[in-house]
Amino acid sequence: MNIIALIKQVPDTAQLSPIVDGLQLMQNGQPRIVNPWDEYTLETAIQLKESHGGKVTVLCVGKPESVEALKTGLAMGADEAILISDDTLEGGDSLATARVLVKAIEKIGACDIVVGGRASIDDNHAATAVQVAALMDVPPISYVAELTVEPDAGHLKAVRLLETGRETVTTTLPAVVTVVKEINEPRYPTFIGIRKAANAEILMWTLVDLGLEAEEVGVSGSKLIRTGLEVPQAREATLELIEGAPGDAARTLAERLIEEQVI
Amino acid sequence: MDFELSEEHRMIQQMVYDFAKNEIMSIIKEHDSNHTYPDELLTKLAAQGILGVCLPVRYGGAGMDYVSLGIVSEALEWADTSVRETLAVTLALHAMPIFQWGTEAQKEKFIPPVVAGESVACFGLTEPGAGSDVGAMTSRAVREGDEYVLNGEKMWITLADLADRFLMVVKTDPDAGVRGMTAFILERGWSGLTTGTIEGKLGARASNTGWVNMENVAVPESHRIGEEGEGFKVAMSALDNGRFTVAAGGVGTMKACLEESVRYAQERKTFGKAIAEHQLVQQMLAQMQQRIDVGELLVRQVGWMKNRGIRNTRETSMAKWYCTDSANTTANDAVQIHGAYGFSEEYNVERHLRNSKGAQIYEGTSQIHQLMQASYVLGQRVDRPLRCELPAYDAEEWQRET
Repeated sequence: MNIIALIKQVPDTAQLSPIVDGLQLMQNGQPRIVNPWDEYTLETAIQLKESHGGKVTVLCVGKPESVEALKTGLAMGADEAILISDDTLEGGDSLATARVLVKAIEKIGACDIVVGGRASIDDNHAATAVQVAALMDVPPISYVAELTVEPDAGHLKAVRLLETGRETVTTTLPAVVTVVKEINEPRYPTFIGIRKAANAEILMWTLVDLGLEAEEVGVSGSKLIRTGLEVPQAREATLELIEGAPGDAARTLAERLIEEQVI
Repeated sequence: MDFELSEEHRMIQQMVYDFAKNEIMSIIKEHDSNHTYPDELLTKLAAQGILGVCLPVRYGGAGMDYVSLGIVSEALEWADTSVRETLAVTLALHAMPIFQWGTEAQKEKFIPPVVAGESVACFGLTEPGAGSDVGAMTSRAVREGDEYVLNGEKMWITLADLADRFLMVVKTDPDAGVRGMTAFILERGWSGLTTGTIEGKLGARASNTGWVNMENVAVPESHRIGEEGEGFKVAMSALDNGRFTVAAGGVGTMKACLEESVRYAQERKTFGKAIAEHQLVQQMLAQMQQRIDVGELLVRQVGWMKNRGIRNTRETSMAKWYCTDSANTTANDAVQIHGAYGFSEEYNVERHLRNSKGAQIYEGTSQIHQLMQASYVLGQRVDRPLRCELPAYDAEEWQRET
């Protein structure tokens, strides 16, 4: 089975400091981590390989330092990693990024399934993988919490985690799936994996390698232009401690919630 | 000179800190509070290869270097001292002395089950009446035919009541002082070997600490590590490794305390501004960073020396002395910054303070290390080559499968 895992390197939002300009940190991309949702992407892809054999290729569009994220994928057990990095890709929206990813997938050649995370924690559009599916003209299955793939039969069954419930769907391969954290427990890289990854050469592709024109990617290839970015004003909250015996406190709490029209 | 960690080291650091955040932090408060040992962690540490991080692959190790041992020790103690203690006892004080002093047959037999977590291991030197004064130990081994008969009691032994394997140092020639000691491996279930837990510790509550009693325990010669009379050297070289993990762990404690203090100092407001804006708080934060920087350099230097096969008893002692005293001061300041909240179990800093006190006592008190440093300065102490030195790191050889 040829499995392609889409991952992204993102700023570590947990480390953003309210004193140092958090947004500037985001822009500069420091400190960086593998997009947390993509840890589930990698685990899903590796588990598929372990069950069905084949090869996991990790694909990432990003700055040169995204090599670190790709190496994490290799250390977890992926077979190959490719970084698409080019100055002209800066500022691209999800569609422009999807265009680049699809070209890369075509260049890789054989592909039975593409796996991505539900979203990336920086832009949070949850759109790229679905647009990849659209451009590849294959079915997109998003928010997958359970996945059964039958490569010989050429189809998959997935349980999607939706706000309204759990939806079970089947479709044909190849397909693009995006996964949620309920699907698995990502493994830690092993020491052997770390050694392999540290010595591995990451393939680096540019626009020229993919046969794309500058107008098709980056800001000029995007329909969505970011015009502003700011931290929302912190809301003033008041804290009220309700004391007393549990029964009395619960009663007071219920009364207060009704008063505030929360319930 | 290169101060940068290699890519491998950075990836190990990331992996073990992730492990510490996800696997240890979620359960450690409860175990600390209940004085219980987290058995489930031992299995996970072994499965991840952490218990054999700096041993060759052919003995079940991960084939990484001694700098990696420091990185792993720091990250585990960043979460809690007790977990780093498990690594220290299993690897640094039990498996590594066997790696250094054992015969090939002993290495093949004794190391793999320990680093795989199948056999819990411990190290016994201290006795009820002999801690810093190792020479005062009274435990005896008497040779009878092709075996030895051991009698005596060991005290303050980490993992004593859980261990399957015991690396014990006892006297074979009571008149020869430290030259009359010999090291043996004992196994749980042998007649005359009993253990118990010491209750009510101030810190490291999620670790097991106990006593081991030996009453006419028959030990075959195949379980003697090193020659007769080499026990003190086996023990001291084990401590060169154990103290390294304690020092690195101290850096972990300091990093945890600084992180928690910075977070709290930016949130907590007094006199109309965050306490991080008050200069006396800033001074404590700055001093914490200073101690971390110095401690980290001392630890990295020892890791580098071990990798090159350079004797490091003095440097390890210095790192252990500095890092444990500094961790205690740092944890104390962290509690101070947290004010009344720091005094409560709600925050982690009181746990770090309690844990940091133990590290100033075990594996050589701060006072013993000062005496050691003074004796080096005064030329009273010179480290001579050992019959068996800790092997230098050899990546290719250590990563070979067979």
